[in-house]
Amino acid sequence: MLRILRTTLRTGVITEPVSVVDDELVRLGIKVKQVLDARFGGSLALREVDAGSCNGCELEIHALNNPYYDAERFGVHFVASPRHADALLVTGPVSRHMAAALQRTYQATPAPKLVIAAGTCACDGGEFGVTYASCGAVANVIPVDVSIPGCPPTPLALLKGILAAVNRRS
Amino acid sequence: MSRFDWLSEFLARLHDENVLVRRGLAKALAPAHVLVIDPEDWAKAAAIAAEFGCRWAALWGDELGAKYILYMVLEYGGDYLALRARIPTENPVTPSVVPHFACADRMERHIHDLLGLTFSGHPDDRRWTRHQAWPAHRFPLRRDFPVEGESPDPTPPDSDYPFRRVLGGGVYEIPVGPVHAGIIEPGHFRFQAVGEEILQLEERLGYVHKGIEKIAQGRDPSALVRLAGRVSGDSTVAHAWAACQAMERAARCQVPRRALYLRALMAERERVANHLGDIGAICNDVGFAFALYQLSRLKEQWLRRNQQLFKHRLMMDAVLPGGVAVNLDAEQIDALRADHRRLRAELHTPFDIIDDHPSLEDRLVTTGRLPADAARRLGVLGYVGKASGQGFDVRRDNPYPPYDSVPVTVPVYAEGDVAARVRVRMEEITITLGIMDKLLDTLPTGEVQGLWPAVTRACEGLGCVEGWRGEILTYVRLDETGRVMRFFPRDPSWLTWPALEQLILGNIVPDFPVCNKSVNGSYSGHDL
Repeated sequence: MLRILRTTLRTGVITEPVSVVDDELVRLGIKVKQVLDARFGGSLALREVDAGSCNGCELEIHALNNPYYDAERFGVHFVASPRHADALLVTGPVSRHMAAALQRTYQATPAPKLVIAAGTCACDGGEFGVTYASCGAVANVIPVDVSIPGCPPTPLALLKGILAAVNRRS
Repeated sequence: MSRFDWLSEFLARLHDENVLVRRGLAKALAPAHVLVIDPEDWAKAAAIAAEFGCRWAALWGDELGAKYILYMVLEYGGDYLALRARIPTENPVTPSVVPHFACADRMERHIHDLLGLTFSGHPDDRRWTRHQAWPAHRFPLRRDFPVEGESPDPTPPDSDYPFRRVLGGGVYEIPVGPVHAGIIEPGHFRFQAVGEEILQLEERLGYVHKGIEKIAQGRDPSALVRLAGRVSGDSTVAHAWAACQAMERAARCQVPRRALYLRALMAERERVANHLGDIGAICNDVGFAFALYQLSRLKEQWLRRNQQLFKHRLMMDAVLPGGVAVNLDAEQIDALRADHRRLRAELHTPFDIIDDHPSLEDRLVTTGRLPADAARRLGVLGYVGKASGQGFDVRRDNPYPPYDSVPVTVPVYAEGDVAARVRVRMEEITITLGIMDKLLDTLPTGEVQGLWPAVTRACEGLGCVEGWRGEILTYVRLDETGRVMRFFPRDPSWLTWPALEQLILGNIVPDFPVCNKSVNGSYSGHDL
């Protein structure tokens, strides 16, 4: 136990001050705080749905929660059920085998709801396009509010996209 | 021991059983040795191979002119053997090898769903990769099936899949997925449980089937490697390398040695990044967040270095046909050496704590045990195999350059539990840091991009690469203009997914996430 505490204390807080990361992020961050405080009760509950991705996007979405980015400090957190979600963060070209599950997840999310398409495949089908197995872009299956390109989008790009999505509604 | 010194004995056994081996094509898939046999001998040859002690590795089908070709890859003593048979199109039925190799189950069903070959005597006639996106009598990999599909109608959910049920007092069923509670890929798990104890787990995968084998057709080598790098995003380097290796062997492309070293460096970096992330996540699944935050911190630093030196955090599109897209200068090599030293020093304490923490031990030791004989029967690969007594590693057992000059040691444990899988991965990180130092110390000078030769004849090749999950086998066939006609990347997840169904038996439902994470099969790599 002492070793754990010692390591934790020695590591210290490594979460990057927003100003170091990106000026745009600071501006968005402050605005988003206001929006979230005013309209989302202080926090944005995100439900991630992999609708057919290669799992590259998931790695970067995971990174959003690592101690460097720590998206929760902006009030952005991931929830286990669409029923608890304010917004869906959808990755992948939507495989035909996932189309119904994505629609049901969308229906299970209480309105008003936001949909963020994350990654090049989610934006336009990417490398997989529209085929016998793939519906292509997320927008071909459910309405999309904001798209975040990138293969995969970096954690910073994801964060900007999420912040842009909540700003849009304001 | 020399390569294939066992082959004459194997051929003698085939001969004893009246299996006719036809001449020709033996070197078509080098380093594998190809044996052409008659389709009616398919299962008999498999039975002999199983008795001989071969490991079953891969199976794929191909439509070639007016016939189908079936390939089955086996491994013995580090040597690959590929059995090849021509299946007539008018009655495409082949005896199933599942009675001899249980692990062939899902690949035979996959080939049936996509190519329409029937495996007679298969104990399970349910669909596997197919859900409802195409009808049972149509087969997407056939030439007459349009890549865009035959019906623009929305695809209904696959709601009537006949799961096997356990009957009896107090038995209940838990359906999970395809959309899971965490940030993970989609798939369905059907548990049969009594109280907390799992009596049976059935996986239903195929949700992220994206038609990769179909959309590969007609691509040029560069476009194929871009696709291969997206078969499973966490293994982008390994899959891109395996696809390149297959095409380079087919087209006889000379890859500069420096490029091969850089590929290995990137593949090892991919191994470290994924192991760091997964060890942390496994510990977090049993409530030990300390490891998750410490290791995800180190992983993030590692990915930032990837971005800086390899232009992409996951090193996507850095491996190209004939070479690599990146090069390193002396200063960058020094930075990497310093990274390795720092990571070694930084990992010392967290690894020590993970190794010797009573509450972790309580949750991970004996949890999710896969005994060695089950692992062997299932042909399990990578850290799942190594934790259950199966030490196969392509880098050591069938070394491809640069591993012919960089020795690889393989950690093997017999326990087969989650703790052993964590230990294998911790040791692999340490070993890999040594490998990367050696790669940098002996990095050859010269070009990083070879010339892609003009392909003027139809050719085929097999890529064999040890990804971070284990052996990846990739088959590519090119036509006489150098276009891809067939691409099948066999991710190790094909073999580890069935192992999860076994190792979970008798465990409690709340331990499923940690067991699943300790195996960490790729859904995308499996569903294709």
